[in-house]
Amino acid sequence: MRSAGLGAALLCVLIGTARAAEIPAAQRQSGSAFMSEATRAMQADDTSNPGMLSVLEGSALWNAPAGKAAKSCASCHGEATASMRGVAASYPAYDERTASPIDLAGRINACRQEHQGLEPFRRESAELLALTAFVGNQSRGLPILPPNDPRLAPHLALGKEIFDRRRGQLDLSCASCHNDNWSGRLGGSPITQAHPTGYPLYRLEWQALGSLQRRVRNCMVGVRAKPFEYGAQELIAVEIYLNQRAAGMNLETPAVRP
Amino acid sequence: MIVVFLAMFMGLGVAPACAQATIAFQVRGDTIPEPLVARAADASNGARLMADRHRSLCVLCHAGPFSEPHMQGNIAPNLKGLGSRLSAAQIRLRVANIKAINPDSLMPAYLAIADGIDIAEAWRGKTILDPGEVEDIVAYLATLKE
Repeated sequence: MRSAGLGAALLCVLIGTARAAEIPAAQRQSGSAFMSEATRAMQADDTSNPGMLSVLEGSALWNAPAGKAAKSCASCHGEATASMRGVAASYPAYDERTASPIDLAGRINACRQEHQGLEPFRRESAELLALTAFVGNQSRGLPILPPNDPRLAPHLALGKEIFDRRRGQLDLSCASCHNDNWSGRLGGSPITQAHPTGYPLYRLEWQALGSLQRRVRNCMVGVRAKPFEYGAQELIAVEIYLNQRAAGMNLETPAVRP
Repeated sequence: MIVVFLAMFMGLGVAPACAQATIAFQVRGDTIPEPLVARAADASNGARLMADRHRSLCVLCHAGPFSEPHMQGNIAPNLKGLGSRLSAAQIRLRVANIKAINPDSLMPAYLAIADGIDIAEAWRGKTILDPGEVEDIVAYLATLKE
């Protein structure tokens, strides 16, 4: 974090977050609650949910031998329906080797490098999204269960600070909209509460599957802020905070959103 | 109270921690009494700007008789009839720098250089609109009578 002008910045933060109040648990709603009936139906039916194409691609990648040792994910993990059930519900998690938090896409890439001896997939590549969607789909219907790991606490705090802090030329925080005005409409579209219940998800606006990091970066660009880089610790911290904020809500991966 | 914003920007005055200013204008109470540019304001350009989602951004939050209702936001006051509620001088300060009135406002200050964190490079050191555009918007909004 930058330290220049910290006093002034902190005062701005205090002013900027004066209204931000967290959403009471009983009022929490997934993004799907804000969608049209047609979009909900598209998500609910696996034959019409475009995200399922990526899940299928991910299933093929899961079983495809790769690297010098010709090992597939399944070579170690077996049937994903058993071994991966509930896994996505508890990411990001703490990674012992790097002594830092890691998100699900990062874990898949780490596994690929360590156990298959392969180059990591590029963030937001079709392959990485497909494998993440496939693993995420194994937790569909299960509640988000953030790991109870004290080593994540400072990252959770950082994520909350980023969420609450105004930024960019438009001087808005995530909380400005998603805590304080979630029931309103922005340019005609529902604002929603920003719960990460269905990632990676198929966004009709993107005409593609995308990650939570892509979505957060979109909003940062929207407020004319410099977005964090894909895979940055700041973005993973935001993921940790959002998951904590949505703890107990059911996963929908792959969700469909407008 | 009269505040000369240019002086604050140049560090000649005692600026509050969140002071944001670069364009010279005088604030009197909750107004900017004088027009921001010498030329006559163009209300029709103001109407066009109000409806522009990308440049002025107004309709992302405000509704009013300037664009398709289903494309308008509702998290800020409806601007229908604004000209009956506020004078042009009051509207001018609200568009130029709402935070001089309410530091907590969600609305960005259109004629101030944002001094917050992580401003994208393309927008750094720039105001959202220029004084002529603000003046055109003020002229248009002042025509919205109940």
